[in-house]
Amino acid sequence: MGFDQIPAAFYFFAAALAVPFIPKGWPRGALMLAIPILVAYNIWQMGFGTFATMPFMGFDLELMRVDSLSRVFTLIFCLAAFLGNLYAWHLKDTVQQVAALLYAGSAIGACLAGDLITLFFYWEGTALASVFLIWARGTQGAYNTGMRYLLIQIGSGVILIAGVVLFYRESGSIAFENMTLGSLGTWLIFLSFGIKAAFPLLHNWLQDSYPAATVTGTVILSAFTTKLAIYALARGFAGTEILIYIGAIMTLFPIFFAEIENDLRKVLAYSLNNQLGFMVVGVGIGSEMALNGTAAHAFVHILYKALLFMSVGAVLFRTGTSKASELGGLYRTMPITATFCLIGAASISAFPLFSGFIAKSLILSEAAYKHYDFIWLILVFASAGVLSHSGIKIPFFTFFAHDSGKRPAEAPAHMLLAMGITAALCIFIGVVPNALYSILPYAVDYEPYTIAHVVGQLQLLLFALLAFGILFRIGMHPPEVRATNLDTDWLYRKMAPSVVLTCARGVAIIWTYCADLTLSKLWKLTERLYRTHGPEGRMARVWPTGSMVLWLAVILAAALLVNFI
Amino acid sequence: MATAVEVHHTALTLRDHLPILQILIPFCTAPLIVFLGYRSLAWPMAFISSLLSLIIATMLLIQVSDGSYISYHLGGWAPPVGIEYRVDAANAFVLFLISATATVVLPFALSSVAHEIPCKNHALFYACFMLCVTGLMGVVITGDAFNVFVFLEISSLSTYVLVSQGSYRDKRALTAAYDYLIMGTIGATFFVIGIGLLYMTTGTLNMADMADRLVGQGGNRTVQAAFAFIVVGMGLKVAIYPLHLWLPSAYTYAPSAVTTFLAATATKAAIYVVLRFMFTVFQPDFVFDTHILVWIIGPLALLAMFAASLIAIFQTDFKRMLAYSSIAQIGYMMLGIAMFSVTGLTATMVHLFNHGITKAVLFMAVGALVLRAGSTFYDRIEGMGRAMPLTGAAIVIGGLSLIGVPGTAGFISKWMLVQAAFEGGYWWLALIIVASSLLAVLYVWRVVEVLYLHTPHPDATHTEAPLLMIVPMWIAALACLYFGLDTRFILDAASTAADGLMAGSAGMSEISSAAAAAADH
Repeated sequence: MGFDQIPAAFYFFAAALAVPFIPKGWPRGALMLAIPILVAYNIWQMGFGTFATMPFMGFDLELMRVDSLSRVFTLIFCLAAFLGNLYAWHLKDTVQQVAALLYAGSAIGACLAGDLITLFFYWEGTALASVFLIWARGTQGAYNTGMRYLLIQIGSGVILIAGVVLFYRESGSIAFENMTLGSLGTWLIFLSFGIKAAFPLLHNWLQDSYPAATVTGTVILSAFTTKLAIYALARGFAGTEILIYIGAIMTLFPIFFAEIENDLRKVLAYSLNNQLGFMVVGVGIGSEMALNGTAAHAFVHILYKALLFMSVGAVLFRTGTSKASELGGLYRTMPITATFCLIGAASISAFPLFSGFIAKSLILSEAAYKHYDFIWLILVFASAGVLSHSGIKIPFFTFFAHDSGKRPAEAPAHMLLAMGITAALCIFIGVVPNALYSILPYAVDYEPYTIAHVVGQLQLLLFALLAFGILFRIGMHPPEVRATNLDTDWLYRKMAPSVVLTCARGVAIIWTYCADLTLSKLWKLTERLYRTHGPEGRMARVWPTGSMVLWLAVILAAALLVNFI
Repeated sequence: MATAVEVHHTALTLRDHLPILQILIPFCTAPLIVFLGYRSLAWPMAFISSLLSLIIATMLLIQVSDGSYISYHLGGWAPPVGIEYRVDAANAFVLFLISATATVVLPFALSSVAHEIPCKNHALFYACFMLCVTGLMGVVITGDAFNVFVFLEISSLSTYVLVSQGSYRDKRALTAAYDYLIMGTIGATFFVIGIGLLYMTTGTLNMADMADRLVGQGGNRTVQAAFAFIVVGMGLKVAIYPLHLWLPSAYTYAPSAVTTFLAATATKAAIYVVLRFMFTVFQPDFVFDTHILVWIIGPLALLAMFAASLIAIFQTDFKRMLAYSSIAQIGYMMLGIAMFSVTGLTATMVHLFNHGITKAVLFMAVGALVLRAGSTFYDRIEGMGRAMPLTGAAIVIGGLSLIGVPGTAGFISKWMLVQAAFEGGYWWLALIIVASSLLAVLYVWRVVEVLYLHTPHPDATHTEAPLLMIVPMWIAALACLYFGLDTRFILDAASTAADGLMAGSAGMSEISSAAAAAADH
């Protein structure tokens, strides 16, 4: 049994088992950094094929399916694990370290799963491991959020296994290949992927949980779960048209929430949701080029999103807050973090020479090429929105804008190193796009740096910048502080909320009424159950010996009766 | 289908005598412990003897794993006149479970028993324990109907004594043991009445011979009555739902080591006897014709799955909660039988084993909690998960297996059960199985919450349990995980056993005719 027979995820699991026994500090840190590199190297030199099969209840599980699609996701997951662990070097919390390794290992295992049962195991693994990154914060709020998160994630797994069982009964196969939506089984699988990919209306767990995790936990969280779902969609449902529309809505609706949100980590969570929309559109189009775009976008997105979360995390680490209204002017004392944040912002806004530019354009031009004109328009609009809420709002309100008076120290060295490597990668990919293009699932015949493309993008960006500048100057940009003048922006600051509030109140009344009704019914049922089944209830009491004999007689009589008839 | 290994009195190698050694070793250890009377010798002797039993059971299991069986004639007397021990895939599997549990529980018992039972009783305790092991294995291995009853009484009587030993911690153990004695005796009486009726009809006590002579007697009222008596009598030992009333108290008040051993083996041996009588002595066709599976066993199994789980949810005592959960889990096993298919029986056999190891983990953890927290009431074990990380983690693993979370042994049994339901076309049954698993989530979660999310009770000792408890507990916990991932051994053994059972006594008649031929010579 050679090394290639050991599933990649097992390296992570072995390390997770070993971590508690390794002294804290650099030996442990070194192990946590070495594992992702080792696995990435292993996958890189392995070549394509299926390795490490395992018999399980009459099925042959494929634990290692390395092909062009799974490889690119595995590599970026390894990279993300490496950067996340480097960023968390200062951490002394064993639970978080073990959870991070298990989480990354599960995500990588899921990527390499060649069949649906293996996928399901790792799918649940990501849910179970990641919740500890939220709970590690230790507050009651984080605990509640973690419970909600766990419920939804486990729910997704349960739906997945239900779908897999039905799918197996229909098709007789558990292979994880492209499926066609139609039967209940495939719809359930689709739904479970959709929950993890934060489809509209299934997305709430994301904005709820990511900002609630620890500083380092959010960086790790942001990389895996949703991109795993994107991979699963790309593998299982490429070319499913409904995804295009779902994706388009996904790119749009988070923009508005991101604009008015005050907690910067929540802004990033919304913008993450919006970025996922681009990838979902790519999966929906399903052509080779579009899938390339999805993979490339997932790759660069993990990097720049991690970079943004890292920089905001560093600020949170130093100042104890990530609220826009309490921050500002930090560039004076955290200039390096500010620079990295700007690089991340430039990447997510797809400035030429930054990584976002060369990935997003693959999806955009494919949408245009396939004549999804309306979708293309939405995506362009959403791109401008990204610039506004992530590209400008994050760095501007954190490091510039009005001076909050805070003078925190620069981020610790290992955080700077992690951010520095990520930032360098963002620029490197932007400048040398072929480095990324060469590992994409299909051959790329695309040149991002054409005059038309660059000029078009710059126009879009510069006008968006200009608009922001003007809006900010004349005070129309949704400000980060609560008290502002209310004359011109009354329409959307006052009237729109009041309309929404009125509606919300109406809905709330009906909702509370229904909820009360169900709750009181449930409560009554529980009470009745408690009366009969509780410790003092009739069912659970210690019964006299005679009653037992009575039961014996009753059952015997029944058995005889059934026999004789 | 089966090839038989016949063993006559001329066979002299030790290997040929394995079936009798399986019983003889623990059986002789018990009086030896009493006669020697050294407290310090009692435990090592018990442990060595159960270790030998385990080795023998493993060897037997390997020998019969191809679907063959071993027929051992006691004293060289050929059946049906002499007593026959008969080992096939189904009972070798249960023998393995019983001897493995005994071997794992004994190291745990050393510190647990020292804590819960006064010194003067230790030698007698281990003697009783060995008798109980003997009885359970005898019930399983023998091919003689009356012999089943004899061994059943050996195991029952020693169990009553073992349960009563909990009285040093809680006096209610005495009433629990007394209740169990009365009820168990009535159950055994029913069973022996059933055997009497069968003897009346067939004139033989050898199971294979009995099966032969029962062919074509399906309409005989005496036979039908015998069947009802045997199923109901053994049903009490199994703790089928309304006949479970002895179980919660007996499990709750017995010493932890005893509860662990009983929960993992006693009801399982009883289920084996039910299976053996249903499918080997009476034929599958006969059982099917009596409708008892559809009208009695099936509904009661469903009732157990829900009613007992609901009671478990509301319990305030960890140990008692586990007792009720056992009743619910027995429901799953009976459901597998009621589905009357090879897959259903496989599910029963698999769950028999998996639930055995799962409950072993949990009850051993209970023993550790008793040692450190002094009680298993939820308000006393609050926060103990943090004070005793290894015990807490074992409880979590056992709990997950109880729910049937993938990656644990419990999942495999639930999966097989759901498969069986689908196979029989009862898709609603699959839904019910999943729904009842959700109840398990509730009662397991309550424990996890108590253990991890509350602040510890001030009176409790905040140290991990001794190594002698942790090691067996974790062997069982790792087994829960291992058998959840590597299913080859368990599924192969269980499906061979189920195949053999569903085939009825087809393979048995040929051996008894061969035996008769041998006797003529």
